[in-house]
Amino acid sequence: MASNSSGGGSSDRQRIAQQRLRIIAGHLQGPVDGDSAILAAECKAQGSKTDVCREGKTVPRRRQEIMKWNGWGYSDSKFLFNKKGQAEFTGKRYRLSGMIIPGLKDWMEGTFGANLQHKTPATPLLTSSAVQPATLNKAFLEELKSTGIPFSHDAEDRVFRAHGHCLHEIFALREGKFGRVPDMVVWPNCHNDVVKIVELACKHNVCVIPYGGGTSVSSALECPPEETRSIVSLDTSQMNRILWIDEKNLTAHVEAGIVGQDLERLLNESGYCTGHEPDSMEFSSLGGWVATRASGMKKNIYGNIEDLVIHIRMVTPRGVIEKSCQGPRMSTGPDIHHFIMGSEGTLGVVTEVTMKIRPMPEYQKYGSVVFPNFEQGVACLREVAKQRCAPASIRLMDNEQFKFGHALKPQVSSIFTSFLDGLKTFYITKFKGFDPNRLCVATLLFEGDREKVLQHEKQVYDIAAKFGGLAAGEDNGQRGYMLTFVIAYLRDLGMDYYVIGESFETSVPWDRVLDICRNVKARIIQECKDKGVQFPPLSTCRVTQTYDTGACVYFYFAFNYRGLSDPVHVYEQVEHAAREEILANGGSLSHHHGVGKLRKEWMRDTVSNVGVGMLKSVKDYVDPDNIFGNRNLL
Amino acid sequence: MATEAIYPHRDPMLKKRDDFEDMLEERRNSSDLRYALRCYTPVLYKGLAPCKASMLKSMVLQSDQLHHVIGQVSRETGRAADDVQEEASAILEEMAHCLQLSTVRFFAFTLSKVFKTLFRSICVNEEGIQRQAIQEHPVVLLPSHRSYMDFLLMSYILYTYDIALPVIAAGMDFMGMKFVGEMLRMSGAFFIRRSFGGDKLYWSVFSEYVKTMLKNGFAPVEFFLEGTRSRTSKSLTPKLGLLNIVMDPYLKGEVYDINVVPVSISYERILEEALYAREMLGVPKPKESTSGLFKARKVLSEDYGSIHVYFGQPVSVRSLAQGRVNRCQFNLVPRHIPRRPSEEIQSFVNDSAYRLVRAQEENMVLKPWVLLASLLLQNHHQDQTAGQKRGMVLEELTAQAVWLRDMFREYGAFLHWPDHVPPSEVVSSSLSLHRGLVRVCEGRVQLAVEQGGQVKPGEPHSTVTPEEELLSQAVIVLSCASYRNQGLHVFLRPALLASAINAASSNLKQEVFNSFSFLRNMFSNEFILCPGATVQDFEEACYLLVKTGALQVTQQELLVTERGQRTVAFLTSMLDPFLQGYQVVCRFLCEEATENLTEKQFVPAVRKFIIKHLLAGRLRYTEVLSSDLQKNSLAALLRLGAVQKIKAAEQGTLKVNKVMVNSLEDTLGGRLPTQKAVGARL
Repeated sequence: MASNSSGGGSSDRQRIAQQRLRIIAGHLQGPVDGDSAILAAECKAQGSKTDVCREGKTVPRRRQEIMKWNGWGYSDSKFLFNKKGQAEFTGKRYRLSGMIIPGLKDWMEGTFGANLQHKTPATPLLTSSAVQPATLNKAFLEELKSTGIPFSHDAEDRVFRAHGHCLHEIFALREGKFGRVPDMVVWPNCHNDVVKIVELACKHNVCVIPYGGGTSVSSALECPPEETRSIVSLDTSQMNRILWIDEKNLTAHVEAGIVGQDLERLLNESGYCTGHEPDSMEFSSLGGWVATRASGMKKNIYGNIEDLVIHIRMVTPRGVIEKSCQGPRMSTGPDIHHFIMGSEGTLGVVTEVTMKIRPMPEYQKYGSVVFPNFEQGVACLREVAKQRCAPASIRLMDNEQFKFGHALKPQVSSIFTSFLDGLKTFYITKFKGFDPNRLCVATLLFEGDREKVLQHEKQVYDIAAKFGGLAAGEDNGQRGYMLTFVIAYLRDLGMDYYVIGESFETSVPWDRVLDICRNVKARIIQECKDKGVQFPPLSTCRVTQTYDTGACVYFYFAFNYRGLSDPVHVYEQVEHAAREEILANGGSLSHHHGVGKLRKEWMRDTVSNVGVGMLKSVKDYVDPDNIFGNRNLL
Repeated sequence: MATEAIYPHRDPMLKKRDDFEDMLEERRNSSDLRYALRCYTPVLYKGLAPCKASMLKSMVLQSDQLHHVIGQVSRETGRAADDVQEEASAILEEMAHCLQLSTVRFFAFTLSKVFKTLFRSICVNEEGIQRQAIQEHPVVLLPSHRSYMDFLLMSYILYTYDIALPVIAAGMDFMGMKFVGEMLRMSGAFFIRRSFGGDKLYWSVFSEYVKTMLKNGFAPVEFFLEGTRSRTSKSLTPKLGLLNIVMDPYLKGEVYDINVVPVSISYERILEEALYAREMLGVPKPKESTSGLFKARKVLSEDYGSIHVYFGQPVSVRSLAQGRVNRCQFNLVPRHIPRRPSEEIQSFVNDSAYRLVRAQEENMVLKPWVLLASLLLQNHHQDQTAGQKRGMVLEELTAQAVWLRDMFREYGAFLHWPDHVPPSEVVSSSLSLHRGLVRVCEGRVQLAVEQGGQVKPGEPHSTVTPEEELLSQAVIVLSCASYRNQGLHVFLRPALLASAINAASSNLKQEVFNSFSFLRNMFSNEFILCPGATVQDFEEACYLLVKTGALQVTQQELLVTERGQRTVAFLTSMLDPFLQGYQVVCRFLCEEATENLTEKQFVPAVRKFIIKHLLAGRLRYTEVLSSDLQKNSLAALLRLGAVQKIKAAEQGTLKVNKVMVNSLEDTLGGRLPTQKAVGARL
């Protein structure tokens, strides 16, 4: 099982970089251009300059050129059922692209009672006339023009920045419904541009909503409908340079608008990485990570965003906030970074961040373990955490999710592979006596130098064996991680066939993990029943992160809404109940998605009255006129 | 708001009740042996493999909670942890059940024989049994407790319907009967000490044992909410200890939900009938012993009519707790560390307990005899005062019973009155079943209390003192009262209202409400009255009386209608013995209580006082002699602060606030208006 999938071992930097790129491309396959050298260019916010095509950067100003306006991700990548009724994933960007997924149709029909005859197609085109006309602040506009910072009040641009990826947001878009949208979009090119914009906004009392990658799932980007001022969406996507790399201290200074995949790619070219890989890393931005307290799947080695950040620069209505030095730790009162991290765009715009970087790992290896049941799997993860030997990533899927992963297996090319698969299944279920309706799978990712990885791998598999776990190969592991990147695309497919769903997460102490998983899943099923959902829902979970004292748990929930008059409302009620259940079972309000507006109502219970008061007083000082008026968090 | 959701306005008439099926019918027609040996394959919770008793024990001994407490006890007492662990193990050994199918089969066989001789039928609502058999969640069975029979009967029924056998919490006193104790253990009983107040270790072993069985769904857990057999057939104030324990796994998120099933077992004739009456009159209860049980064999030769067992709608603990309990309170302390339940949880468990007891009451099947006993008792007391010819004319009794039957039905009682049989036959068959309590002579029906006592020939008259004669009459009266009590819950609220109307100085709604609230408060140790539900109860009472045309409610006033007089009179006299009884107790405390009256001396002393009054003819209700009533009234006075317990060296003495007791007595007697402060405003 310890076969070497990716070779390597040589210290030749270029080779490592190439290999690393291949790995990332394994699940991302973004356009890899050779000429994306690191720019340390001074910011010159001139119209002519900003129009220069940014080769190697993923996100153009006009996002609609490459991305869907009413769904997840790239326009060219999506699931569909071809003429033969087989599921297929289009495009060329992903491992799964261009492949047939034979099991998906049966799984969808079996799990949701969905039917290919019953379609719910989305509104194909964005009709600009359906968008509210922009409320423009003339004086602000005049002065903004004089700065030369590009802006737009084109309806498409505005609609694109009016939402994240909550179910209700996407559902409304598919129906061609738009609520309050920003009145204009500005694209600052650098820190100084942001300073100017915020000064003007304060001067003219304009509401500013920072926009990074647009991957929020907390209604954080929704414009408050009661906002009467002109709303400016401040899109940081053009602030996407690595300004410098300090190899002595292993830090990199980066503009906050850069998206995850660009950051990793550019650093890889110099032989470095940040190791911060949230599931949304293709599209989410550094500034967004800071503003929501993001977490990456490899946090066991590299840490979460709060561990990675050395320095932050943020523009607020009161001015710029930053620390005066880059000491690795300071005892200078409460850490001001912690006012910024998790502020969710309510205090200002993060413009530049200094981050830790690490030399790229020499060797990477996937793995997977099958457990007879979820209880054993959790016990194993707990033991791994106790011994502090968690691999870069370790995730445990429950049985439903294991089946789901199975359904996403692409068509196998040879009879031999399918024969092998059959043999494996036989071995696990018949010979080892695992119940196919109870077994569950942990996926693993090891990283480091080769020898240590192999040693580490042995240690983890030994622990797993104590809990009845059987090694189940690299393929299963890798497919598990690939799933992470395509699952959001799958939701769009579901929505074409009456199936809506979403995921949400929490963090919880170890002793509560099993209880919370069982109870929340059961609550979802019960609530669906009570709310009149006609088909049994998919209610599944996985443990995605381990800590010394607890774990992060992800829930996936989807159902077939045929027969319901207001499916989104039902969905929201169920999600609300599920969150209550999470809180009642000792789970947190959020591990890394943030609070936004979706979970605001529980904030007071979560951090106490005094806590809310503290946060409020910071807001009142930093932004007395509520310029950053997205109304998240409080 | 929350209370309203818990006590919705009931209209039990609207509720469809399941049909009954006689279990004994099949037993009379086929082999008991084959039945006892038949294939028993109940559906198990979530397809779980049955758990061996030994495995269960080791799970308990290895639990986090027990480990914690053992460590704590060892630190506090300085004993070695192993030593404490051993003690825990011994406690568990003494407590644990060891359910064996062979013993169950033995019981299935013998009980079939016994039941067939004792009872005409055992009627069970099969639908209800099947309802609780769908074990989506762990199940807790809560039967009412009127007889020793109860728990054998429960297991017998579940075995018959091929449903997972429960484990049953039983009092330690059974263990006194060596052989029988072990038999019961093997049929699923586990034994708990009656009191273990301060014993942390005992409590911990016990609660962990129950929770382990429940959480894992090894078997339904069964216990008696009332804690002990009700000697009066009134439901007893629920005990909260076990209910707290079984709700804990839900509150702490260890299970998704728990289904609690109230089960109502009603006996047409209670085996322990006379035994209970004697016990309440001060003849001490014989210690349970195997030989005692065999002596009880003579009961086998008698006819005890039928039993009705009704499995109520399962109540989800989750839905009970919805909006009542914030489960986040367990987030900050490890769940295995035992803590006193918060006030929020205590009040939640208390309210739930009342709700469940009320559910038991509502589903209790009432036999015609309950109506007859009520009527005959009232008549008995009226005769005493009026000095007319004793007893009731049979035809009149029948007519009144029919009137009462219709009233019961309108109040939503679960009355089992065979409609296809003429009322006169129903009445006479009832009377003949209870021929020990009633006598029919010259067409008149009366309680079987003979003037001058039943003197057997050859015995000299003088051996019977008036006191003994009184007590022997009281046995009959109390037995009868216990049957009347079966139906009390049906018109308790209207009766409180009727008495309040009587006592109030005017018809003003507010005034009647004050009076109602006072009475309700006074009697809340006597009857099942959900705490904090005064307004709901008042409204329910008004609703029922208005519905039956006995009352008119205007904006300001409550007026008894012409045709309502009879109802109100009946209801008032139903409650009158209790009113009188409480007054006598108050009078006793004012007149005779000494400085150093102990709690233990209270019942004998008050009994003596009451006997004196009865013999002097100053009191007409013999039933006041019931120690149950006396204890309840003391509990009420303690609760109201009119009497205080003073902790002394050996045992507590009672300190009486004579002014307050006196004024309570006067208020009960209608000589003082109720103070507004007593209850909530309407």
